Amino acid sequence: MKNSNKSSMFAKELVLPALKQSFVKLSPRAMFRNPVMFTVEIGTVIMLFVTAYSFKVNDKTIGNFSYNLAVFIILLLTLLFANFAEAIAEARGKAQADSLRKTREETPAKKVSIVGEIFTDEIHIVPSSQLKKGDLFVCEAGDIIPMDGEIIKGLATIDESAITGESAPVIREAGGDKSSVTGGTKVLSDKIKVRVTTDPGESFLDKMIALVEGASRQKTPNEIALTILLASFTIIFVIVCVTLKPFADYANTTISIAAFISLFVCLIPTTIGGLLSAIGIAGMDRALRANVITKSGKAVETAGDVDTLLLDKTGTITIGNRKATNFYPANGIDKKVFIKACVLASLADETPEGKSIIELANLNVNSFNTTGARFIEFTAETRSSGIDMPSGLKIRKGAFDAIRNIAIKAGNNFPKETEEQVRSISSNGGTPLVVSQNQEVLGVIELQDIIKPGIQERFARLRKMGVKTVMVTGDNPLTAKYIAEKAGVDDFIAEAKPEDKMNYIKKEQVSGKLVAMMGDGTNDAPALAQADVGVAMNSGTQAAKEAGNMVDLDNDPTKLIEIVEIGKQLLITRGTITTFSIANDVAKYFAIVPALFISSIPALQALNIMHLQSPQSAILSAVIFNAIIIPLLIPLSLKGVAYKPIGASALLRRNLLIYGLGGVIAPFIGIKLIDMILALFI
Amino acid sequence: MNTELTGVIVTFLITVLLAIPLGKYIAKVFSGNKTMLDFLNPFERFIYRMCGIDPQKKMDWKDFLKAMLTINLLWFVYAFFMLLFQDKLPLNPDGNPAQTPDLAFNTAISFLVNCNLQHYSGETGVTYLTQTFVLMFLQFVSAATGIAVLVGVLNGLKEKTVNNLGNFWSIFVKTITRILLPLCIVMAVIMAFSGSPTSYDGKDTITTLQGDTVNVSRGPAAGFIAIKHLGTNGGGWFGANSAHPLENPTYLTNMVELIAQMIIPIAMIFAMGIYIRKRKFANVIFGIMTVGMLILLVPTMVAEIHGNPAIAHLGVAQPTGAMEGKEVRFGPASSGYWSIVTTIISTGSVNSMHDSSMPLSGMMQMLGMMINAFYGGCGVGILNYLIYIIVAVFISGLMVGRTPEFMGHKVEAREIKIAALVTLLSAFLVKGGVALAAYFSAHHPEIAWAVKPSSWLNNPSYHGFSEMLYEFTSSNANNGSGFEGLGDNNTFWNVSTGIVLILARFIPIIGPVAIVGLLANKKYVPESAGTLRTDSITFGAMTFAVIFIINALSFFPALVLGPIAELFSR
Repeated sequence: MKNSNKSSMFAKELVLPALKQSFVKLSPRAMFRNPVMFTVEIGTVIMLFVTAYSFKVNDKTIGNFSYNLAVFIILLLTLLFANFAEAIAEARGKAQADSLRKTREETPAKKVSIVGEIFTDEIHIVPSSQLKKGDLFVCEAGDIIPMDGEIIKGLATIDESAITGESAPVIREAGGDKSSVTGGTKVLSDKIKVRVTTDPGESFLDKMIALVEGASRQKTPNEIALTILLASFTIIFVIVCVTLKPFADYANTTISIAAFISLFVCLIPTTIGGLLSAIGIAGMDRALRANVITKSGKAVETAGDVDTLLLDKTGTITIGNRKATNFYPANGIDKKVFIKACVLASLADETPEGKSIIELANLNVNSFNTTGARFIEFTAETRSSGIDMPSGLKIRKGAFDAIRNIAIKAGNNFPKETEEQVRSISSNGGTPLVVSQNQEVLGVIELQDIIKPGIQERFARLRKMGVKTVMVTGDNPLTAKYIAEKAGVDDFIAEAKPEDKMNYIKKEQVSGKLVAMMGDGTNDAPALAQADVGVAMNSGTQAAKEAGNMVDLDNDPTKLIEIVEIGKQLLITRGTITTFSIANDVAKYFAIVPALFISSIPALQALNIMHLQSPQSAILSAVIFNAIIIPLLIPLSLKGVAYKPIGASALLRRNLLIYGLGGVIAPFIGIKLIDMILALFI
Repeated sequence: MNTELTGVIVTFLITVLLAIPLGKYIAKVFSGNKTMLDFLNPFERFIYRMCGIDPQKKMDWKDFLKAMLTINLLWFVYAFFMLLFQDKLPLNPDGNPAQTPDLAFNTAISFLVNCNLQHYSGETGVTYLTQTFVLMFLQFVSAATGIAVLVGVLNGLKEKTVNNLGNFWSIFVKTITRILLPLCIVMAVIMAFSGSPTSYDGKDTITTLQGDTVNVSRGPAAGFIAIKHLGTNGGGWFGANSAHPLENPTYLTNMVELIAQMIIPIAMIFAMGIYIRKRKFANVIFGIMTVGMLILLVPTMVAEIHGNPAIAHLGVAQPTGAMEGKEVRFGPASSGYWSIVTTIISTGSVNSMHDSSMPLSGMMQMLGMMINAFYGGCGVGILNYLIYIIVAVFISGLMVGRTPEFMGHKVEAREIKIAALVTLLSAFLVKGGVALAAYFSAHHPEIAWAVKPSSWLNNPSYHGFSEMLYEFTSSNANNGSGFEGLGDNNTFWNVSTGIVLILARFIPIIGPVAIVGLLANKKYVPESAGTLRTDSITFGAMTFAVIFIINALSFFPALVLGPIAELFSR
């Protein structure tokens, strides 16, 4: 899935349709959306007439036929290049989306028959395209799930590699936060009954494809503002060119129509104008390559602006769950006895913590005889779990105060050294689990969170971007604080309830910040909707996916960090190419303006600092440079300008030097080179 | 170092040294802190009561603009009719005639908008009554309008989120009573004691050494000269402006006038830093503006001090530099300095004839007016700079990957639309105006107007083009200086520049007020490490780049055909 290698950027199967699209997009109705390129089109049409006229009539003020034809062709190429940029970006996005869509081609679906409003037990096979929202279908081991839906009955292991690229099967079951299944994935075991959640053609992927194809692509706020700015630059150049006519009359100079139009097209910001929509599409495409489906282009852009990132501790900051790391027996208790008791108490404990205790103990579990034993499940009231052996042995493990109560009630002391151990574990960010046998304290197990390797660096990077990270955890404040410090997050919400997330988001938003979060559960949905960027995991519930504005197919909690960078890259690419485009004009002025007036004001030769051959070659070189810079910048537009978290001012300095100063210098060199090549032909 | 250069440097240093305490004082005045002039409180309260003003009433940006525009319209009507009937009114000892309607239109507007284009000559075109109670009055209120609007804008930037810009009337009154009047009184006294006339008597007759009798115009000029500079107005009492010996008698008064015209624009920058609690932001702006001034100033002074290459070509030595159109008592260095100061800020008073400046100097003068934001006029200079900042904020925001923000508010499409419109405007007005004039010159030179287009220009070819370009640039910048070779007192120039004047004054004022009004209403976004700081030198350089590129792109072809062609043709 992640095939973003460079060679595929201009793959043949992408280029050919894109070339065709470049011509289709010449339709004025399509061009009108882009004011800058639309004016180029008007200029091209005028040149077409001028060329035709100069073929018939030999008018000195119009210029000769071949020159006019050359200008016309270059202008047409400028338009085609710009269209090609948009088309290739669309094609890439579409190809990416198609490869996802392929996974959900027509598959037979075992639809549950319905009589009136009542579902029967009867099942018949229909093509997946006939499934509608609300229908039920059944999937058994080996079936491909035909449609996105929500499990209403059963549990199954599912291979989602077709979507996520992750080969390990996942478990999905009815109820709770893991009830969602995606069309195109494969059921490996068991049987589930699923309710279809989207009508055909309305899944997130379908929406995303429509977005990429331009049908429902809307300009983002920043894109609108930029278009306004570019339009105003265009108007300035309309003024420059129109007023040049009476100026030239005053100076007794004749300027041909071709020269006027060339000057105009060179000056208006065609580079950014031509690449603007390609950059926007490429942003969504990059998100898609990261396996994130965005519901609008705006969401990607907003991601770049995010100030606060809410991250769940488990899975994002720490690996999975807490793990047992140490056994501390109380004084006078043999360590082996203690460990054995710990294992016994955890045998029936299905929680990851329980399993990790057995793992750490490293004893042969099968050697334990538990026939007739009664397992005590964990409840919120007792806050402990354990086992009652037939021998009358009662082992409990649980929170410090829960076990202390048991011990004290029975008249036993709580060993001092264990109490100290408990405190020291807590203050080190660990969770103490005290174990008692027949109301007597045996010792304490230390559970520790394992912080993901490399996560500190990622947070440091985020901090440099100006993004505040907030860890959300159910842990007590002491533990939360320890992990927060160790992982390097800026803030944390401890003992978090779902509404705490919501309140935190609201609080941040009131102070003017943009908040991003990731979530999967139904009770995350309000917070996902409230957040400026809400990324729902694909494994999450339908409610969560509806509420967010992005869906992550990988279910990867660290994806948010990537999304923020994609958003920033999108803005930066737009900004730098705008700067480059406008900076180019300096050189073009130096090429064209002396060329226009040199015949009547020979002194202006002093402005011809590039020493271009002749007025005609100067104008042609400028227009050619203006045209070919567009395809030259297509790779940059599609890949995006690299984002470096070095602080805003440093980044501005860097980009201003590369694209601003570079934008001033590059065309001087480019135009001179083209002029030298032209000299060989003219 | 030679004395002429020392004089210029000392003048500039004194200006800055005086502007710093003045800036602190201005910030105090508008913050409502205690100042030395608090004894004026009852007087101000009297004015408010007389005019029925509630100085506590807060105005949102629309009401603020409405108040400003209404009172300006009123002043325009008053000035227009006074000038139209000045011959029938008292205080006209020299018996000067009334102004024609088109001239009255032009004069009223140009003083209303702080431009003072003056298509008439002070000695013959106006009376003591209109000079004092119309023109001088407008010089006060137009400067105060600019400052008041700036303070309103700063009120919007000062708070995190606010829906009002303060009370226009009270800011306006305080500007006059606390800033302009006191400073003017000090300066008028200096001028009067240096020899500027201060009486209502008519022309005096003197006999020169050669035995000729000469009529010398007089009048209450000293006060006029004070506000003309302190208010960055520039309209002279006499036709020759500050080149006239009675309007600028000595090198000392020359220094005083130079300091006076720059002091409020510079002080406003420092005042802004204190007032909105962003001193570094203000200091960077001051730095960038000063660099900008130097870039225009140094070539000008070099060109003027080196003298005219055409004369050098004839083998004539010019030890005193280019002296055509200059006063001997000021010399080329100080005249060059003045010519740049008066064009970068929108004064437009002159102590030498810009028409006679070297081509390079002429270009720098025009560039100063095109940019119009290196210090700039009273209040409006910073407003113009603000527009450049908004464009810079937008582009650089994108370049660092964040939705652009300015002073904690997101800059979005609406603000960009306004900034773009204002940016467009000067290119449109200047080039449109020149195109129209060039069209008539080229195609209808003999059209049957009172003054034929063929006799507009004092010089042929490039320099003639520069004369037209300069006139519209000056009008657009509300500057008021001219390449005085141009025959501009006729319907075409009076009306066309009059229209340019109104648009170029009020749209660039409405723009920033609207932008800040909209911004101030938005939610405040606190700064983070990802926020682009607008008080950094990097951002200052970015703003400078925006200023350079916008003006270069707008005006390069016009400058090529005027001063640049002239420069290379010698």
